[in-house]
Amino acid sequence: MPPSRLPLGLRLLPALTLLAMLGPVAAGLAGTVLPAFGVFPAAGLTTPSLAPFRDLADWPGVVAAARLSVTTGFLSTLAALGIVTLFLAGWSGTRAFRVLERLLSPLLSVPHAATAFGLAFLIAPSGWLARLLSPWATGWDRPPDVALTQDPWGLALAAGLTVKEMPFLLLMALAALGQVDAGRRMRVAAALGHGRTTGWLKAVFPAVYAQIRLPVYVVLAYAMSVVDVALILGPSTPPTLSVQIVRLMSDPDLAMRLTAAAAALLQLALVAAALAVWRAGEFAVAALGRRWIVSGRRNAAADAGLRPLALIAAGGSALVVLLGLLTLAIWSVAGFWSFPDPLPSGVSGRAWSRFAATGGATMADTALIAAVATAIALALVIGCLEAEHRRRRALSPRGLWLIYLPLLVPQTAFLPGLQTLLLTLGLKSGLGPVILAHVVFVLPYVFLSLGDPWRAWEPRFATVAAALGTAPGGVLWRVRLPMLLRPILTAAAVGMAVSVGQYLPTLIVGGGRVETLTTEAVALASGGDRRAIGVYGLAQTGAVILPFALALLLPAWLFRNRRGLA
Amino acid sequence: MSEGLRLDGVCILKDGVPLIEVDATVPPGDVLTVMGPSGVGKSTLLAFLTGTLPRGFAGMGRIILNGEDVTDRPAHQRRLGILFQDDLLFPHLSVGENAAFGLAPGGSRADRAARVSEALADVGLSEFEARDPATLSGGQKARVSLVRMLLSEPRALLLDEAFSGLDAALRAQIRGLVFDRARARALPVLMVTHDAEDARAAGGPVFEMEAWRPSAS
Repeated sequence: MPPSRLPLGLRLLPALTLLAMLGPVAAGLAGTVLPAFGVFPAAGLTTPSLAPFRDLADWPGVVAAARLSVTTGFLSTLAALGIVTLFLAGWSGTRAFRVLERLLSPLLSVPHAATAFGLAFLIAPSGWLARLLSPWATGWDRPPDVALTQDPWGLALAAGLTVKEMPFLLLMALAALGQVDAGRRMRVAAALGHGRTTGWLKAVFPAVYAQIRLPVYVVLAYAMSVVDVALILGPSTPPTLSVQIVRLMSDPDLAMRLTAAAAALLQLALVAAALAVWRAGEFAVAALGRRWIVSGRRNAAADAGLRPLALIAAGGSALVVLLGLLTLAIWSVAGFWSFPDPLPSGVSGRAWSRFAATGGATMADTALIAAVATAIALALVIGCLEAEHRRRRALSPRGLWLIYLPLLVPQTAFLPGLQTLLLTLGLKSGLGPVILAHVVFVLPYVFLSLGDPWRAWEPRFATVAAALGTAPGGVLWRVRLPMLLRPILTAAAVGMAVSVGQYLPTLIVGGGRVETLTTEAVALASGGDRRAIGVYGLAQTGAVILPFALALLLPAWLFRNRRGLA
Repeated sequence: MSEGLRLDGVCILKDGVPLIEVDATVPPGDVLTVMGPSGVGKSTLLAFLTGTLPRGFAGMGRIILNGEDVTDRPAHQRRLGILFQDDLLFPHLSVGENAAFGLAPGGSRADRAARVSEALADVGLSEFEARDPATLSGGQKARVSLVRMLLSEPRALLLDEAFSGLDAALRAQIRGLVFDRARARALPVLMVTHDAEDARAAGGPVFEMEAWRPSAS
């Protein structure tokens, strides 16, 4: 009953989990701050100085790079949140909504790089859309010379991030909807003469937004500092700040790491400032919203315009991702494919057989990293949730912030520091550190995925089992874990998907020596071998879909004679 | 008298405020009924007895079972069987596996299987071992719950609105079955209910609780 009865291991688990999650972040930030101020013992530098910041300021692209990070971050977050909000407002509870919801859920797991490549292959001047429309509609006999991807304003980058983050925010919002009694709020709004969209915005949105605030912050921080998508869809001269940090990090001249560290601190400051601006924006929107509500205007006619718009935006972004994957698939087996033919003139398995010959080790490492990182995360999360259950104390809001913290600190701000720290300590980079770095990002998602079903479990099952003479450990292993097999496997699949999709932790902490499907795919971006990119993009997607399929099929088979768990 | 279940000056506090006070002894084979509308903390009293009091609640007083103080024992070492309104059969296990869940370890596999079959047959559920509990009727589920609880050889029986989910005819039948088995094994029974019919059928003393303030008899 009292906490003191918890076994020592279980009592220490929450602390250990925090250490696994925040330790690398803290160590990485420390490893960033020191070199940013000129202290880098590995290169013989021990006197603090501001030279790294001067070097950063001397780089002519710094202002443009920083501005690009900010604009693409805000643009994509606003667009993703806007689409989700309008779509929920106009369509939640309808059949169209359920269809799209089912379509979007699996898209959530498609790796960022695969989504970005798919979009690039679709909208590029020589992309599939241009081919489908040429020459009959466009008059193009050759790809037009316009920057549709890697445009200097980062619009393609923002579009890629929008279609990728939209499903994430939608699923978070759906989970929130269940908790705010949206149905009754809407009935009251309708009874007071409000239309569907505006009624939802006035009566439901504030409650939903309060619940998805942290995920929105995660999207903003991520979009501002993403590297793999920016390498594929973003401009290159100058690139975004985060891409520049990675370039500096991979420079053979160790002194460049000082500039990289300074840039990483700038990135951190930008994200912190952006989050503060966003927070201020929340207050402004809330104030305006109140005035709108108090004004009594019903705007019932808005439905006619907003509902079709919302459906097109949400359906369109789902369609873009799906068509992108299809384009990857076509390219992966394409023989000769000249512009503007809508389809290749022949089918060739050469790219796949090359992958079969050389990709085995990469696949094995990808699977190994994902499996071990997920197993560690799952063990820690289950331990924490079990400790929470036995202490009968739920996670505080402050605890939730801690879980989101590794997702709010930009990866480029602490991963370079982590690698520099490993270097300073004389530790080899390799699989081990990469796995630990993956745990930092896998853990929060596993926690978020498993937390709700774990807590929703009927606690009287534990009371009954204990009354039957079963010790707490027995209750966990013989009752709770088997009953929660389905959500546990889903959480594992989420963890695997997060790990498979990681680019920067693998690249930076692995010191360039650890290769996964994602690092290989992104490395192909500069080469332009579309068939190889198609193969790697699909392999990446497959590596993510397989665990989800298992998480669906395994319980269905195991519990085929247990209707209570069907 | 040391036999039976004794609640010695038991008082449950919620955030420091007294909620329920009970001082009573239930002799073996007897039923003590605790009655009152929902929300007065009847189930909290049982949670104190089973050692699963939620955070925010504190229990004082002693729980004496056959002369032995079990107040400080962890939940799984108290051997207080409990039946809830819901059957709470483990959905991942078969009927037979559910019944065997609380069997003390030891004995041959065949021996244990025989005890399970016998106990199931005793409540009219012969050959039900392999069934999926989700496919049973409400009355059948209640009987499997009872069998599972009895096979764990409890020293007292707690009933938390155990019959409230059943329709009238079934309710009398299951209630009779439970009281019968408890009497046959000389188990003290503490029943929490809001239904006067349950209290009449139990035949023992009734302890009335009121909603607005803690009461003691």
